Amino acid sequence: MNNYFQLFGLTEQFSLDQAALMQTYRDLQKSVHPDHYANQGQQAQRLAVQKSAQINDAYQTLKSPLLRAQYMLLLVGVELKGEQQTLRDPMFLMQQMEWREELDDLKRSQDIDKLEAFSDAISAERAALNSNIASAFDAGEHRQDVQTWANEVRKLSFMDKLLTEIAQAEDALDY
Amino acid sequence: MAYSEKVIDHYENPRNVGSFDKNDPQVATGMVGAPACGDVMKLQLKIDDEGVIEDAKFKTYGCGSAIASSSLVTEWVKGKTLDEAAALKNTTIAEELALPPVKIHCSILAEDAIKAAIEDYKSKQPA
Repeated sequence: MNNYFQLFGLTEQFSLDQAALMQTYRDLQKSVHPDHYANQGQQAQRLAVQKSAQINDAYQTLKSPLLRAQYMLLLVGVELKGEQQTLRDPMFLMQQMEWREELDDLKRSQDIDKLEAFSDAISAERAALNSNIASAFDAGEHRQDVQTWANEVRKLSFMDKLLTEIAQAEDALDY
Repeated sequence: MAYSEKVIDHYENPRNVGSFDKNDPQVATGMVGAPACGDVMKLQLKIDDEGVIEDAKFKTYGCGSAIASSSLVTEWVKGKTLDEAAALKNTTIAEELALPPVKIHCSILAEDAIKAAIEDYKSKQPA
């Protein structure tokens, strides 16, 4: 089976053009549309449905920076999805804890301006981590030093969790 | 998903929430995180001169099972030696709290928090 990058005709790197990705996704889905297979028997129809599901999985994975990074690590033999391993990086985790405490305080104070400023600051932190990962993965560094980069990708999931919670807090303040 | 009564009890009345001064030489701090769910756990042990854990506190940002696992561990480790505490297995925590398979990682987080705290303590001792 082709890997997701091959399926989308892409070279295996982290940086990609989201608009082009979506266009390829639409073209691929069109090519396996059930209408094309209406007269071709059950076998061909079933294969088209499978292909369509695979194209969908590939798109969801490639679209998300976190899932894309996890997938690129999977291609070099490290499975992060659903892993039970814990991250032990006291500095990073202490920072995470402080940020979550800060979010709790902001929720209590219901200060929407401060919450937005916090949201921007954390988004910037996440973007910085993401761009480190992007340049390293584009350069193929994750193949040489898998464990270091697996940890950086693990950190990304903590940032995502924090940002999800910030978004929920913003929704709860209802604006 | 339904939580067991014990999880709910620890979640609603968490034991030993709080912090010690992490710079105190008698205090061991274990920081761990679960990438699968983004939960973060801090476990602190106060250790006396005989190497016995006299007090424990935790702070966890995570789901009910993660909070219950860390709360339970702070109760269990009190009065234990470091070696006894290090021998505590996640399966014992998961069994006590009747954690479903998808929440096993919460008990692993609590076990690893003890181990990380003990490592921190050992690194603080003069060689």
